[in-house]
This record gives sequence, C-alpha cells and structure tokens, in this order.
Amino acid sequence: MSMRSVIAAAALASLADMAAAGGPGLGVPLAADESPFYAIYAMPDGRGLPPGSGTAADGAEIYAAKCAQCHGETGIEGPIMPPVGPNDVWEKPAGKYWPYATTIFAYIRRAMPLDAPKSLSNNEAYALTAFILSRNGVIAEGDTITAETLPDVAMPNRDNFTDVWATQGAKPW
Amino acid sequence: MMADPSVSAPKLEFAAGGGLLSRRMLLRGAAAGSGAALAALAMPRPAQAEPALPEWVTVAGERARGYGMPAEQEADVQRAIIEPFGDLARAFSLSGTPHHKLRGTITPNGLHFEVHHGGRPNLDPDGHRLMIHGMVERPIKFDLNALERYPMVTATHFLECSGNSFFNAVMPEPMQSGCDMLHGLLSNSEWTGVPVRVLLEEAGVRPEGRWVLAVGNDAPSLARSIPVEKLMDDAFVALYQNGERIRPEQGYPMRLLLPGFEGNMNVKWLTSLWVTDAPAYTKHESGEYTEILANGSSVKFTFAMGVKSVITHPSATMTMSGPGFYEISGIAWSGAGSVRKVEISADGGESWAEAALQEPVLPRALTRFRLPWRWEGAPTLLMSRAEDATGAVQPTRSSWKARYDPSNFLHYNAIQPWQITPEGSVQNVYA
Repeated sequence: MSMRSVIAAAALASLADMAAAGGPGLGVPLAADESPFYAIYAMPDGRGLPPGSGTAADGAEIYAAKCAQCHGETGIEGPIMPPVGPNDVWEKPAGKYWPYATTIFAYIRRAMPLDAPKSLSNNEAYALTAFILSRNGVIAEGDTITAETLPDVAMPNRDNFTDVWATQGAKPW
Repeated sequence: MMADPSVSAPKLEFAAGGGLLSRRMLLRGAAAGSGAALAALAMPRPAQAEPALPEWVTVAGERARGYGMPAEQEADVQRAIIEPFGDLARAFSLSGTPHHKLRGTITPNGLHFEVHHGGRPNLDPDGHRLMIHGMVERPIKFDLNALERYPMVTATHFLECSGNSFFNAVMPEPMQSGCDMLHGLLSNSEWTGVPVRVLLEEAGVRPEGRWVLAVGNDAPSLARSIPVEKLMDDAFVALYQNGERIRPEQGYPMRLLLPGFEGNMNVKWLTSLWVTDAPAYTKHESGEYTEILANGSSVKFTFAMGVKSVITHPSATMTMSGPGFYEISGIAWSGAGSVRKVEISADGGESWAEAALQEPVLPRALTRFRLPWRWEGAPTLLMSRAEDATGAVQPTRSSWKARYDPSNFLHYNAIQPWQITPEGSVQNVYA
C-alpha cells in the first residue's frame, strides 16, 4: 500500500469513527475518584448520600452561628427564604414545601452558607437538616438524621404537585 | 432641497382604532412613497450661509483599538442591577437587559441579563472539565481544547428567567420602571457550540438513563435535572455567544443551552452531566422554580417558557415628543416555537391590527415586530398580543393571575399595557 493510500485509508477510518459517534471521540476516561462530590446530587431514594448523622440539637447551634443571619433567628423571620413554615416571607419554605428531605441535605452541603459554600461537613449538614425538619414538625426533636433515615422522611407537600413534563412534555403549562 | 409635493401628503391607511396604521404602509415606505413622505416632514430648511465645520472633520481621527467599545455618550445604556438582599447576600443578584434602549433582536453580550444564585466565579478555564458520568457505558471528561475540535452548531435563541416580569406579576400597583426592570430578565443571542447528543452518544447512555443532572462550576454548584429527550433533541454546550467566547457572566468557558426552556436550566459554567434514572429534585426544581396554583397545589417541571411580547418603543418611563407619526416596535417570543402573529391595540383592546414581523422569524428566538402609528395626542392604551406556532396566545393579566396563588411570580407572560397620557408620558398599567 502506498503512503497516499495509507493516509486515505486512515482518513476514511477516522471519518467512520466520527459518523459512529457524531464527533471525533476525544473524551478522556473519567476515573471514579476524579469527580467531586458536588458533580452528583443526593437522590430522593437516598442514592448519593454520604455517610454521616446529626440531630436537631447539634443543628440548632450551627444554625444560630451560620444561618440565622439570613434565614432568621427561628427560621421563619428571613429575610432570605426562611426554611421553616408557614412564615410571612416565603411561600415555599424548604422544610415544609419541598417534596423530598434529601434535597435539604444536598443543597446545604454544596451551596450553604452563601459566602462559604462547601465549608460544612457532612455531619454538620445532616444536623442542620434535622434542625430544619424538626422546626417544621416533620420529625421529632430527638430524631437522628442519617444517610439511612433521611430518605424515609415523609415530606408533607410531596403529593401536592402536578408533573407537567410527564403530563404534557415541553408544552408550556 | 424641498420635499416633492407629489408625495408630501401620504394617504394614511388605518388598520385599527387609536391611530394604528396598516403594516403595508411600513413595507411600501421601505421602497419610497409614503414612508419617504413621512420622513420628509422632518426635513431641515436649507441654510443661507456655509455652516461652521465641526472640529472632528478638521483633525485626524483616533487610533485603532483592539476591542471596540460603545460610544462614550451611550454610557448610560447599562443593565439594571437588583440586589434584593443588599449586603446580606450580594452574590444573589439580577441584572436586566435595557430593552427600551435597544432595537433589533440580538442582545449585545455586555447587556445580556444575569441571575446569580451565588455570584460570578473566577473560573480558570485551564482547570475546567466537562464530565459525563452516571448511567453511561464510558464515563468521560473533556477539556475546552477537546470540545473545540467537535463539529459545532450555531443557533439564535432567547433565554428568559422564569421570574422575568415578576414585578408585574405580584406588585399590587404597577411599578413605574423601564423595560430593564420590568422585562429585562430576557435576552437573545446567537450561540455556537457542540450538540449534547454527540457527547452523550460518545459516553453511551444506558437504557435506564432517562434524566441528566447538569451542574455548574460555580460557588453553589447550581444543579438542574433535565430529561434526556431534550438533551438528545436540540440542546448544545455553548462555547460562543454572538461570535465571541461566552462572557464570564454567561458561563465562561461553557454553558448548557436548552432552547425554549426556563433560564435557570441553561446551566452556566457547565462541569458535570450526571445521567440518572429519575430527577434529583434539586433545590431549584423543588422550591425555587415550581409554581403554586390558585387551588394551593403546585406544578413542577414546567420547563418551556410561554408565548409573550412587549412593546419596547414606546414603553414605560419614555415621553412622547408630541403628536404625529411613530413606529411602534417591540419583541415577541415563545419557548414552544416561532411567533406566528403579533397584534397591537391602541384603544385598550377594542380593536387590533396585525404588526409586521421582521424576518427571519426563528423558533425560540426574539422576533421584532413593528407597526406605523399616528398618535393624536389623546390618552391611549397600547397593548401587544402574541400568538405562537402552536396557536397559544398571551393571556391578560387578570386571567393569568386567576390561575395562580397570589404569591406566584414565575412564568408570567401576560399582555403588557402601556398608558399614554395627553402629556405624552408612558406609564405601566395593569388595565
């Protein structure tokens, strides 16, 4: 085979690769330990929750130090999206309105506090989740929240949503 | 030169009440005829003596510069910034596009709206990776250089925050502000990037993979769950905005673009596509971007933005410069497809005239509409009403409000009435 036909064959082969995947196939294998914790999200059934635990009593101390400034002393005052409901500031308080408690843990762990996101440990985020759920009356004051118990928390507003995507797809509601 | 008397008295063809003229006059005017005659009304009288020369025609101009900037005199064309919680949460901010100071359809990159839930990250593009993992055959990652070598697509699309026009949705009395504050969380760009389908196919989505969690490389690691169907359809990883690299405010070096879907889902600084079998119920799809209805229940996964339009010229905070000819001009869009029709009323909805749509009318992109108009100096209620390719029509504010809990300010797409007073002041009203 001449050099020219080798090049032509190679070009054809790579075009065939492109056609198969629609692109040049330049993705590099991603090792399991390469993706940071925030590249995924805790799922409602508990998949993705890291080990750890916390109680409302632990959470109350952290809340007073790091959260009350924005969300209010007892969680209803705000001014910013108070997590305890009902309140006079925000109609969709996390601990009352959100359909799954796993979201509370996942959001705190990755995004809170606003000026120091990811500074809280897993245990601290579980404790804050317990505090918020307890303040909303969703769990008892002494309950311990863990990766195993959190998915079992029955959020009061869960069945009060219509899934528009499932009902009518991308048609605007 | 004097105006040609044969065209100085155009025959006005009225299309509806309140002085609305036929859009056919606009089209003819482009050739010559009545449009030229209307323009001739403002023709200056010839001067007697040679006028003084302005200084800039007598000296050499400025040297070339590497990146052009707007004229100094246009320095007030800025985004309207809202920091609702002030110093307590500066990283949470809104910046509205000043549509009343713009014409055309493309939003200049420096004026594209922003909604920040955690501020703008100082991101190092060399350290940025896009990961595709979860329920895939081959977990893979891409750096910017790799994505640059992929076949790209270019498409013009609007982005609209689901909370756009929130003041009109919830304020008891209409706020007197410009279109930057009232409707500024909306912009339109030509985006260029790599189809998500190509990247997902390279990773090989497993049959059970039905949803994808998109995550940003910013402080709160903003995340949204997106159906695989949308990503396989028309979604792309945008690297360029109006031809240049995406601005830091818009997700440099890459963002997700989901044509027609609410702004928050178009994740900026995109770093992770995690394939799952179900939505993750992130904070933004649990509470932030769900809507409470009038009956107390809520709707979730309300992705596409509804049909909507706004007259930008004239609009609130403007003052008319006396009775006579004006061109009504505005923007219309729909997340469900193309704009089919825009009608304008200048008599509070008694009669409507169809506006001319500027070609090309593109799906899920801003469409500019226009209609000639003779304002008689009387109190006038101006409105625009858009219809999209699916036949959906903008609701009135009262019918929109009737669907939702009074607190809801998301997905507001009601007709915007502007009241013009006899003095020529243009005001926001609910009508």
